[in-house]
Amino acid sequence: MAAVRPIDFLQAPSGPSAGTDAEVGLAFRALHYMVLMREVEDRIERKLYRQGKIVGGVYVGRGQEAIAVGVGLATEPEDVLFPCHRDLALYFIRGVHPRQVFAQYMGRVGGLTRGKDGNMHMGDLKLKIVAIISAMAASVPVAAGAALGIKYKGLPHAAFVFFGDGATSRGDWHEGINLAAVQKLPLVLICNNNQWAYSTPLEKQMACKNVADRGPGYGIPAEIVDGNDVFAVYHAAQRAAAHARSGLGPYLIECKTFRMTGHAAHDQALYVPKQLFEEWAKKDPIDRLERHMLRKGWASQEEIDRLHREILQLVDESVAWAEQSPYPDPSELYDNVYETPSGQGSEV
Amino acid sequence: MEVTYLEAIRQGIWEEMERDPNVFLIGEDIGVYGGAFKITAGMLEHFGERRVIDTPICESAIVGAAIGASFMGLRPVAEMQFADFISCAFDQVVNFAAKCRYRWGAPVPIVVRAPSGGGNRGGPFHSQNPEAWFVHVPGLKVVTPATAYDAKGLIKSAIRDNDPVIFFEHKGLYRRIKEDIPEGDYTVPIGKARVFRQGEDLSIITYGAMVYTARDAAEQLAKEGISVEIVDLRTVLPIDEETILASVRKTSKAILLHEDTLTGGVGGEIAARIAERAFEYLDGPLVRIAAPDTPIPYSPPLEDAFLPNVAKVVEKARWLYRY
Repeated sequence: MAAVRPIDFLQAPSGPSAGTDAEVGLAFRALHYMVLMREVEDRIERKLYRQGKIVGGVYVGRGQEAIAVGVGLATEPEDVLFPCHRDLALYFIRGVHPRQVFAQYMGRVGGLTRGKDGNMHMGDLKLKIVAIISAMAASVPVAAGAALGIKYKGLPHAAFVFFGDGATSRGDWHEGINLAAVQKLPLVLICNNNQWAYSTPLEKQMACKNVADRGPGYGIPAEIVDGNDVFAVYHAAQRAAAHARSGLGPYLIECKTFRMTGHAAHDQALYVPKQLFEEWAKKDPIDRLERHMLRKGWASQEEIDRLHREILQLVDESVAWAEQSPYPDPSELYDNVYETPSGQGSEV
Repeated sequence: MEVTYLEAIRQGIWEEMERDPNVFLIGEDIGVYGGAFKITAGMLEHFGERRVIDTPICESAIVGAAIGASFMGLRPVAEMQFADFISCAFDQVVNFAAKCRYRWGAPVPIVVRAPSGGGNRGGPFHSQNPEAWFVHVPGLKVVTPATAYDAKGLIKSAIRDNDPVIFFEHKGLYRRIKEDIPEGDYTVPIGKARVFRQGEDLSIITYGAMVYTARDAAEQLAKEGISVEIVDLRTVLPIDEETILASVRKTSKAILLHEDTLTGGVGGEIAARIAERAFEYLDGPLVRIAAPDTPIPYSPPLEDAFLPNVAKVVEKARWLYRY
């Protein structure tokens, strides 16, 4: 039986290496990142936001953790990631510490953007993780460009771009996929199909049944996976990555899941039928993985409880750190508009 | 060596591609066809498909892909077939390229080339001067060369710059302007205006094709004893306030001239800066000459009435001189 090991946040793990049994190791690492994402976001949405410590918008991926974690664990550190706002775990997998995330949400200098942007709008080129464009379909052409750069340099990597079902209605989503398909770029497209775009249900978003139905229109393979099954997502991402890296072009994965929150923390989602929440709560990806691990004898309840306790402790410490992180000085307003100060305009 | 404005841009791009293997071109019909205006003619044959990429019709994806490629250490030069079509890529330019360095410290060293300007009977969708849209976006640099010398030197600077540059090349100058320019490598700094013509009585502050309208007007006015100084901005963002203010402090009168439409144009911004920083030097009102606030029409008498011309500039300059 594999032991629960704390993850070193400064080192992004690559490939299943924890424990002797690869599958067990993968399960523990997946559980670690999914629980971490859940607990960090719960603290943000249900405590810090309500306490007024986070002044801007809060968008979480509760119930969708298996997608970011399943794909993230299938990527290699040199792959370029374009997360959307419900993919927090990707940052942890790449080595971002939870305290940086709390500081980011609180607008402190300890956040990834030093207060220049909020919530999930963060990235770090050194970690090959690109800060999203808020209107997220716009990430698709940019990810196609990163894939173009990978191909241009003859590198054995791929770009992974994440988006919701709503984003697939936007023009630049189509432009980006089409360009990547024509150029056979190493691009993996991951749709978090959580069935709601703000208050708009899927049937008002598109007339086809599945996002994956669109793949053949671009001449690219597309598959549908259970987005609440971290192993299914992981294996699909591996297939997609192998396809993209072998020069065959883009690959689309549609992860069917459900948004277990409103669009953002201010939104009670009263427009979502209550029974859907109840139905999908039974498919919670974390509960499901834990039951699987217990049933297979990969973990004891005690080990799982310990994992939760350790993560909660990490969350507490991280929040405390973030609250100590100072706000940026107002003079930083003018920094980094250009590489060199431009003398543009008057300082008011 | 005498070259056209078009050839100067072509040379600049060609030399930068020879110099730096990370420079590549992306756009519509730029490879096999050599570009709608033949700026990239011969480049596919010389540099190959890897570095001269013909895309589907997708302005947003062209600019988006340029941004993404720049994250991988490349220096993309994206072509908008006409500047008018850059509106299709507006989100990528203003919401992403312009803000990445500020938001998360990621430089975006891309160039978006945009053939702009009227006078070619192109009508409302092939003649516009959309530079003012981008002058209002912090994080972008907006370049508008008038001469062949500057066109070559500025395209090279734009390609080497670590911030996103929108490069407006005036279509009306492509084959009309011919100059002797030095062979080989030189650059012209972004953000620096230059005095195109020295004068004493009033300053015309302008850029792009209107530099020549101002020049022709100045020659005519010289015969009447009115000495006109012309400041060619060359870059409209960031604005070279120093050169503008130095000229206005010398002549004490200023005309702001552009081919773009009047309201919200670059001229208003410059007028405001002069009023703020050189008010006591002024001996007359600041005068804007620009296209009227209408779309650009097609029919010759309509387009001719739309474009600022030498006669309009001469008339306003005489009025200001006498003021």
